[in-house]
Amino acid sequence: MSPANIVVEGLTKSFRVAERRTGALGGLTGLFARRYRTVTALNGIAFALDEGELLGLIGPNGAGKSTTIKILCGILEPTAGRCEVGGLVPWRDRITHVARIGAVFGQRTQLWWDLPVVESFELLRDIYRVAPDRYRKTRDELIDLLDLERLLSTPVRQLSLGQRMRCEIAASMLHEPRVLFLDEPTIGLDAVAKLAVREFVKTLNRERGVTVILTTHDMQDVEALAERVIVIGNGAILADGSLSSLRRGALAERRLWVHFAGDVATVDVPGATVRQQLARSVELAFDPSVTSAHGLIAHVASAYDVEDVHLEEPPIEEVIARFYALHSVES
Amino acid sequence: MGSTMGVGLRPYQAVVRARFNLLLQYRAAALAGFVTQCWWGALKIMVLSAFFRGVASSPMTIQQAIDYVWLGQALLTLLPWSADPEIARMVRSGDVAYERLRPLDTYAFWYARAVARRTATPLLRAIPMVITAGLVLRLLGMSRWALSGPAGWDAALLFCASMVLVVALSAAVATVMDILTVATLSDRGVNALIGPLIIVFSGSLVPLPLFPDWLQRGLALQPFAGLIDVPFRIYTGHLSAVAAASGLVRQAVWVVLIILIGRWLMARVMARLQTQGG
Repeated sequence: MSPANIVVEGLTKSFRVAERRTGALGGLTGLFARRYRTVTALNGIAFALDEGELLGLIGPNGAGKSTTIKILCGILEPTAGRCEVGGLVPWRDRITHVARIGAVFGQRTQLWWDLPVVESFELLRDIYRVAPDRYRKTRDELIDLLDLERLLSTPVRQLSLGQRMRCEIAASMLHEPRVLFLDEPTIGLDAVAKLAVREFVKTLNRERGVTVILTTHDMQDVEALAERVIVIGNGAILADGSLSSLRRGALAERRLWVHFAGDVATVDVPGATVRQQLARSVELAFDPSVTSAHGLIAHVASAYDVEDVHLEEPPIEEVIARFYALHSVES
Repeated sequence: MGSTMGVGLRPYQAVVRARFNLLLQYRAAALAGFVTQCWWGALKIMVLSAFFRGVASSPMTIQQAIDYVWLGQALLTLLPWSADPEIARMVRSGDVAYERLRPLDTYAFWYARAVARRTATPLLRAIPMVITAGLVLRLLGMSRWALSGPAGWDAALLFCASMVLVVALSAAVATVMDILTVATLSDRGVNALIGPLIIVFSGSLVPLPLFPDWLQRGLALQPFAGLIDVPFRIYTGHLSAVAAASGLVRQAVWVVLIILIGRWLMARVMARLQTQGG
C-alpha cells in the first residue's frame, strides 16, 4: 500500500467525563462517588483518501473534526473502528507513523518558545533523524517558499502569529512527510498571512503531491484549496463530496443584482423572489433548475430600464449555515 | 516502545543539548539562587556547630558535616524536588498530547529533558558556590567553615562515579514526578507531596548520619539516599571503600527500579490520557 492511503471505517470515540455535582455537599459527595457521563465524540466515521488528495474537514465546534485528526495522528485511540494510514495503525504503530506525517495545530506550537526559529528546526532535524544534506535542501526550499529568511534568528516568542504560523508549517515539513494534517491553520491570521498559508498548501499538494487533510472554520480556505469536503456534525459524516455538490444539496439558488437607470417603485419578476430592494437596485433570488439566468435577465431588461446586472452565488458561509440547519446540527 | 531505544540516541542527545543550552541562559535566577544558598549554608553550619559543641562523640566530624552542607547547597538544584514546570504548563494547556507527535519514546524523551534540567541548573550554581565555600571563605580567614577537598584520590574518583548515578537517579525520580503531573493534571500535589520527602530523606535538610542510629539501616536502603547522602559521604571520607562500593550499587539498583516504575506508569497514564482526549 502506498504511504498516503488513508482508510477509516466505523471510527467511534467516546469519552468518559466526570460530572460535578452542584452545591456545597455536591463537591463533597463527588470525592467519594463520582458520576460519569459518556460523551460520544465520533459515531461511525468512514472515508477513504487516495494519495495526493486534499480533503477539507468542516463542521461546527465540537463536531468531531479535531478528534478525527487526533486519531489519524496517533495521539488518540478510538473506542471502536478501523483506521489505517499508509498501512499503519496510527496509535498502535505510533512512532513509525508519526515519523511519516506532518501536523500543524493552529492553536498550539511545536516550536520551542525560547529558541530562535532555526534552532527549533535543527532540533526537529535531529528528532526526526533527517540526514544533514537532505535537511539543508528541504530547509532552504521551505525558507524560500514561505519567505522565512528574515525570521530565522528570531526567538519564537517574538514572532507575530502570521510569522509563527509560517514557521510552524515549515517545521512540520522538514522531514518531508507525504501526509500533512492541518488543524485550523489559518485561525486568527490576517488576510495576507492566510493567503500565504493557502498558497503554500496548494503548492505542496498540487506540485509535490502531498496528501493534505485540513480542518477549518474559514470557508475561503475550503473554497481555495479543497476539491473534496467532508462535513462532520454530531460525530457523523453528513456530506462527502465537492463543494459544488454541497452547494446544490443545501442552497442551490442563485442571485441576480439588477441596477436601474431611475427609481423603481416595485419589482415583480416571475420565477424569482425579491431578496432586498434599494432605491435603484434590487436583489433577486431564483432556482437555476427552474428559471434560467439568461431568460430572467432578458425578462428584466425588457420590463425595466436596466443599467447593469450581475449574477452571484450565495456566499459559502450561508450555504454551510443552511446545511447545518437542514441537518439540525448545533453550531 | 522499546523498539526505538537501540536505533539511535541522536534525538535524545539533541534534546539534552538544546535544553541544557537553554537553561544555561537563566543566569539571573542562578545568581539569586546562589545568594540564597550561601545564606542557608551559613545558617545550617551555625546550627550544626552549635549542636556539635560539647558533644563527646558524634556520628561524623564537624568538618565532614560542613562539607556535606556546602556540597548540598552547591548541588541543591540537582535534587528532583519539583516536576518540570514546562510539562506542568503543557498539562494545563492540553499541549501534552502533542508530545506524542514526536517519533520518540516518550519516556526517554522526558528523561532526556530531566537530565538536561538536572545538569545545567546545578552547574550554573555549583561553580560560584564551590569557589565561595572552598576559596573565598579561606581568603577571608574563615577556614574553619570552608569546604575542604575530597578525602583522597580514591574518594574523588568514587565521588565522580557516584555523581553520575545521582544525575541518573534524579532524572528518573523527576520523570516519575512529570508523569504523575500528567496523571493528576497538576504539578501542585506531586510537588507538595514528594518534594518535602526528598528534601528530608536525601540528607539535604540534615545529613543522614545525624539521624538516630535505629533509623540508619532504613535510611541507607531508601532511594533518596542516593541523591545526596551516598556521594557526599564518599567525598568526605565518611564511607570506607567497601561501604562506598555498596552505596554505588544501591544507587544503580534504584536507578533501574525507578526507570522501570516510570515506564510502567507512563504506559498507563498515556492510555488513560487517550480516553480523556487531551
